[in-house]
Amino acid sequence: MTRVRIPPTLRAEVGGARELEAHGETVGEVIEDLVERYPPLRQQLFQNGDLGAFVNVYLGGEDVRMLDGLDTRVNAGSTVILLPAMAGGARL
Amino acid sequence: MAGYRELLARVKAEIDEISTVDAHERLRAPDAPLFVDVREPDEWDEGHIPGAVYTGRGRLEQRIEGLVPDKTRPLVVYCSAGNRSAFAAKVLGELGYVDVLNLAGGFSDWKRSGYEVTTPRVLSPEQRTRYSRHLLIPEVGEDGQQRLLDARVLLVGAGGLGSPASLYLAAAGVGRLGIVDADVVDESNLQRQIVHSTDRIGEPKVLSAKRTLEALNPDVTVVPYQERLTSENVERILADGWDVIVDGADNFPTRYLVNDASVWHGIPVVHGSIFRFEGQVTVFKPGEGPCYRCLFPQPPPPELAPSCAEGGVLGVLPGIIGSIQANETLKLVLDRGDSLAGRLLLFDALGTTLDEVTVRRDTSCPVCGDSPTITEYVDYVEFCNAPTVYDA
Repeated sequence: MTRVRIPPTLRAEVGGARELEAHGETVGEVIEDLVERYPPLRQQLFQNGDLGAFVNVYLGGEDVRMLDGLDTRVNAGSTVILLPAMAGGARL
Repeated sequence: MAGYRELLARVKAEIDEISTVDAHERLRAPDAPLFVDVREPDEWDEGHIPGAVYTGRGRLEQRIEGLVPDKTRPLVVYCSAGNRSAFAAKVLGELGYVDVLNLAGGFSDWKRSGYEVTTPRVLSPEQRTRYSRHLLIPEVGEDGQQRLLDARVLLVGAGGLGSPASLYLAAAGVGRLGIVDADVVDESNLQRQIVHSTDRIGEPKVLSAKRTLEALNPDVTVVPYQERLTSENVERILADGWDVIVDGADNFPTRYLVNDASVWHGIPVVHGSIFRFEGQVTVFKPGEGPCYRCLFPQPPPPELAPSCAEGGVLGVLPGIIGSIQANETLKLVLDRGDSLAGRLLLFDALGTTLDEVTVRRDTSCPVCGDSPTITEYVDYVEFCNAPTVYDA
C-alpha cells in the first residue's frame, strides 16, 4: 500500500481527497491503480499515453525522473507526491 | 597587591602572542584565524582588520560564545596596542578557547605596517535603534545590516506573495525595493494583500505599496514599475541593477520569463506559488542549482492551471509563503544559512504539514543546461499555451 498525495488542482477528480492509498509494485502501477479507480484523473495526468511533462512525481522526496521513472519500485509505507506546477501569486 | 604594570606583565607571560607580520601572513592562509576586536565602539568604527568580529572588552565574556561557538577555532584577539587584548586573551583561555593569540602591537602596529583596513560605514543613532534586534544577532550584526541597506531586491508582483515579502524586506532595511505590477488595488485583493488598504482601492498597486513601505521605513526607496513584466521591458528593468528577484507572479508566462532572464543575468530568484490551501517555495540560484525549467520543463495546459482568481486561496497562505520568501531573500543578501536552492518546500495549510522534495539541475535544461537551446527571449504567452511537448 502506497500513500499518494493529491495536489489541490486534481482533487475535484478524486472526490476532494488530499491523500489516497493505492496498490502497485512500481510508481507506474500505483498511478495506474489510481487512474482506474478515478478515470477523470487520466486525462489530467496523461497525454498520448504518457505522463505529462508538467506533472512531477516524487518518491521519498526524489523526482522519479532521477530514479527509474515510472518503473521505480515502491517500498511499503512510502509516499508518492504528485506535483503539477502552480502559477498562483499576484495577478499581473 | 600588584600594580597595573606588574599585572599586565604577569598576564602576558601566561598567554601566547603573534606579531602583526605573522598575523598578516596567517590571514591569507587556508586555516586563517578569526580576528576578534575588543576595542571601544568608536575605535572599531574608525577602522578595523578585514573580516574581524567585534565585541567590546566590557561584554567579551557575555558575547563571545554567541559569536564563536567553536572553542577550537583559532582566534587572534586585538586592541590598539596589545594590552587590553592581553587581558581579553587570558579570559578567552579561561572560557575554554584553546587556540588564542594576542596581536602584539595591536591595530596601531597593523596600520603602521600598511596592512589593509576596513572602515565600516556607520549606522545613525536612529538606525541603531531601529535595527537593534538585528544588531544583536551575530549572523546579522552591523556588517549584515549594512549589506541589507545596500541590497536591491526586485519583487515581481505586489499581490498576495509580494505583500508580506515586501513588508518584511522593508522593515528589515533592504535599501532598494523594485516592484513590478500593472494592476490597481481591488476590493477583492484586501483579503490577503496586506501592503494595501481600503483607502487605496483604485490606486496603482505599485504606488500603494510604495506609500506603505516608505512609511514603514524611511531607509527604503521603492522603485515602482507600473507595467506587466514582458520580453520587451525586462532588460530595461533589470538594467536598474538587482541582487535578488522575488517571484510572486500569478501566471506561467511571467514565471518562465523571470526564470530565463535571471539565468542569463545570474540573479537568484526566490520563488513562491500558492493555490487554495497549498504553497510551494524554493530558490533558483543560477550556477549553483536548478532553474524553474529544471523543475517544471513544461507549463500545464491552461485548463489544468487555474489561477487563484478562478480557484481561490486562503488569505493567510500567501502570508506564510511570502514570509518564507522574505526569509530566503534576507539569507541570500546576508550570505548566511542554507538556502532553499535545490529544495522545494510544499506547505499544506489544511493539514499544517511541510514536505520537502529535492530539485536537481537538469544538464539537458534548454536554458541553464550544458548545451542551452533557448538563448533569447521567446513569446512566453505562446509557449505556455502551446500543446505540451513530451520528452522522448
